[in-house]
Amino acid sequence: MILIHCPYCDEKRPEIEFANAGQAHIARPLDPSGQSDAEWETYLFIRANPRGRHHERWRHVHGCGRFFNAVRDTVTDKFETTYKAGEPRR
Amino acid sequence: MSGFRLETGGRIDRGQPVTFSFDGKTYTGFAGDSLASALLANGVMLFGRSFKYHRPRGLVAAGSEEPNALISVDRGPGRFTPNLRATGVEIHDGLKAFSQNRWPSLAMDFGAINDRLGMFFPAGFYNKTFMWPRSFWDRVYEPAIRKMAGLGDAPTAEDPDVYASTYAHCDLLIIGAGPAGIDAALGAMDTNKRIVLIDEQDELGGGALADPALWPWLERSVKALANAANVTILTRTTAFGYYHDNFIGAVQRLTDQSPEITDSPREKLWRIRAGEVVLAQGAIERPLVFDGNDTPGVMLSSAAKVYANRYGVAVGKAPALMASHDSGWHDVFALAKAGISISAIIDVRDSVDSALMREADRMGIPVYLNHAVVGVRGRHGVSSIDICNSGDQRVHRVQADALLMAGGWTPSVHLWSHSKGSLKWRDDLGAYVPDVPNENVQCVGACAGDWDFGTGAVIDMLPTPKDQSRIKAFVDFQNDVTAKDIKLAVREGFRSIEHIKRYTTNGMATDQGKTSNLNGLQIASSALHKPVPEIGLTSFRPPYTPQTFGALAGHAKGALFQPTRTTNIDSWAQAHGAVFELVAQWRRARYFPKSGEDMHAAVNRECVAVRSSVGIFDASTLGKIEVVGPDAAEFLNRMYTNPWKALEPGRCRYGLLLKEDGFITDDGVSARLAPDRFHLTTTTGGAARVLNMMEDYLQTEWPDLDVWLTSTTEQYAVIALQGPNARKVLEPLVEGIDLSAEAFPHMAIREGRICGVETRLFRVSFTGELGFEINVPTAYGRAIWEQLMAQGAQYDITPYGTEAMHVLRAEKGFIIVGQDTDGTITPFDAGLDWAVGKKKPDFVGKRSMTRPDIVAPGRKQLVGLLTDDPNVVLEEGAQIVADPKQPIPMTMIGHVTSSYWSETLGRSIAMALVAGGHDMTGGTLYIPMPGKTHTAKVSGVVFYDSEGARLHV
Repeated sequence: MILIHCPYCDEKRPEIEFANAGQAHIARPLDPSGQSDAEWETYLFIRANPRGRHHERWRHVHGCGRFFNAVRDTVTDKFETTYKAGEPRR
Repeated sequence: MSGFRLETGGRIDRGQPVTFSFDGKTYTGFAGDSLASALLANGVMLFGRSFKYHRPRGLVAAGSEEPNALISVDRGPGRFTPNLRATGVEIHDGLKAFSQNRWPSLAMDFGAINDRLGMFFPAGFYNKTFMWPRSFWDRVYEPAIRKMAGLGDAPTAEDPDVYASTYAHCDLLIIGAGPAGIDAALGAMDTNKRIVLIDEQDELGGGALADPALWPWLERSVKALANAANVTILTRTTAFGYYHDNFIGAVQRLTDQSPEITDSPREKLWRIRAGEVVLAQGAIERPLVFDGNDTPGVMLSSAAKVYANRYGVAVGKAPALMASHDSGWHDVFALAKAGISISAIIDVRDSVDSALMREADRMGIPVYLNHAVVGVRGRHGVSSIDICNSGDQRVHRVQADALLMAGGWTPSVHLWSHSKGSLKWRDDLGAYVPDVPNENVQCVGACAGDWDFGTGAVIDMLPTPKDQSRIKAFVDFQNDVTAKDIKLAVREGFRSIEHIKRYTTNGMATDQGKTSNLNGLQIASSALHKPVPEIGLTSFRPPYTPQTFGALAGHAKGALFQPTRTTNIDSWAQAHGAVFELVAQWRRARYFPKSGEDMHAAVNRECVAVRSSVGIFDASTLGKIEVVGPDAAEFLNRMYTNPWKALEPGRCRYGLLLKEDGFITDDGVSARLAPDRFHLTTTTGGAARVLNMMEDYLQTEWPDLDVWLTSTTEQYAVIALQGPNARKVLEPLVEGIDLSAEAFPHMAIREGRICGVETRLFRVSFTGELGFEINVPTAYGRAIWEQLMAQGAQYDITPYGTEAMHVLRAEKGFIIVGQDTDGTITPFDAGLDWAVGKKKPDFVGKRSMTRPDIVAPGRKQLVGLLTDDPNVVLEEGAQIVADPKQPIPMTMIGHVTSSYWSETLGRSIAMALVAGGHDMTGGTLYIPMPGKTHTAKVSGVVFYDSEGARLHV
């Protein structure tokens, strides 16, 4: 069972306390109605599927409840880093 | 011909005889014996029948790598455990063990005919043979194969045993307590590290248990470790899996070694998080591959040493050794010292260390270098062996009653591989050894390839002058895979070991190829003319040895399998005979049958009561979220489809929640209590999901909004009081709220008191009748319920359950998200476009309302269905077609989502999702069911009081 560092609690906790919330750094367009169908499709459905470093969102759902971002290696399942929502991409 | 107990020696307690049975026959052993050693001491050589060919099989090993001697142990009703390795079962008085995969008996087995037909069972036999006709697979082939090929019988009775589980944390976890593991523990003992030392055997020592010269050291070491406060020793504990971040799963066997059955746990699952792990799992000796190597009495030379030195049992009166490695020589020298006469040492190499030759000479053991065993005589035991000079190809016979194999060593890298540590090939060992770790772990001792057994030749199989296609030289004993099978796989074009493994099933038995993987690799390597590292290595996966479901399940079974959530009113429902159902882990009253009533009758009565007088319903399971803050209205305006900003305090609104893709995900009635405070409700099953979704938007998309979300689902008991007499029941109990229709209209909320208890009183209805939902602090739920029951007695107040609730809402065309929608339904599809704020610039899902797929024609839409025969209640989930005469497979255009008998309407009603359904009103659709195709007219979804006259009273 992976240990995940919650950047808000500043503790490594077992993965059962967390829930994955998909790819990180996909901001909801500020004006969705101004989006073309293609742009909206990209926002809704198009996701990266990298072999290796992957930016994803996690929620410390059974802890502080905060969403945060993480860099995880999809091959080794190792977390490289975690950081607070709103901080720049690492 | 067979094994026997030596006069002296071993770690058994000769003063403590133990009586046990095998296949119904009684035997005696000593305390400290394994089932394998005790049976061997009694001259038993035949332990089981092989998986495919039903060949007679005996012991190969003395440890958990044993592939052949799988037995079942019966500890009484419900306590039958199949497929245990006889080498790991400790005997106790009364132990009842049985052999497997034989009929009618072990010595006389009909299935052995498979062996005579062996030429018809090559690799891939099942894949090739049982392909045709297809319909035969389920009915004929598979049952027959399952009956013939197999392991022990799966137990059928419920397991009455208790299984414990625990978490443990330590700085240093050492797995394996042979000399390397014990040294590691001793070395760390004087630090302040918390150390856990675990070993699968009943006593510490590993390989040292078979080496009397090490016993004094072992005794001192074990004593020192036992006395160290920072060392926890777990014996009879198998580390079965190595998971991320040094998380190790281990099962400790607590009671199987004892004759008494008690209430204490049988096994205990340990989940250990370790700072550092030391793997000291040792190495497993490799069998040699030659014709007849599976004859009972042919076993690993290291195993023979364990039986002699640890258990005081000789595997035969005159065993011979077939070696390609020095270690076998040392083993038979040890046997000779224990008083066993060695008939011959045969070594495939043309020269060996001169010290070995001198020692053999000194002991008077005949040595045949550059020779190989090419045949084994005897079926249920060894009577003699044929050996062949690799030079002049001359074959001659050697008398021996057992044959020991010494084919070199395979480091036990199972857990290392679970941890994703990489491996490197060592040509000198002919084995993979640990290379780069992926966790904070190191391998020590033999599992790192570090041993003092001497050296050996790395070979794929023994040379033989015989026709290779006519011999049975086994690689995987448990799955009956021969060298010939692997070569056949290569001839048929398999190149990767992963494919060869799956085609031949080599290494796929319950032992995961502990004794067979490397031999299989070597044979494939020779056949492909490629070095082993280029063929790859199959993955080791947990568990290291098979574990019981009981240990893994622990307490999570029966009522404890998952939590059952109950409301404060649940106890009343139970006391009043409610029939329950589980909804999102909540136990909800489904209906309240009176004596003699079935569900149908109870639900009809409950529905009529609500429509004609008053019903009472426990709605406490509704999800509830308190939304507070200056931006609360703005937040809800962005989340829900409807407008929220203009909603006045004291009023309620039906809220429809979409996902960003435009599909309905939840709904519920919510109330504005104050400009900055809302009381949201969600569906029972959606509460956590909705809160998570709202938190997501609030935290990550709109962190500038000043809003707080709090789950209050469990803070309120909710009682729905529904029916024309609801107000009359409620009025006398409520203080501070004017219940009149003018002062308190439909879709309003008031705060006040009921029976002196604070309440948030909603005037809402999920039934279409005058209705109230009374929210009180949870602890008062049952008390208020009982007051309402007493007050309502004069109106024959009727408690109703979820089933009646479903009928009542369906009569009104109210949807249930997840039943009448399926995650692909938009508000328009569901006929809920009235709930979408057309003027709002944005809300979650709004942009998707104009996606090409959403505006395309032919989408499934929610409609009502009225069967032509009013007495037919359609089955929910039934498929709908437009033309019942079309050929099969028909084009299915939708399905029934809700279907009930409506006692109020005197007929059945149904809702359905149908492609283009909104344009079909009045048309006829067909619902083909077994035996009959039903016809129904498409209608609107509101079947009762479509004007809503009954609500506004």
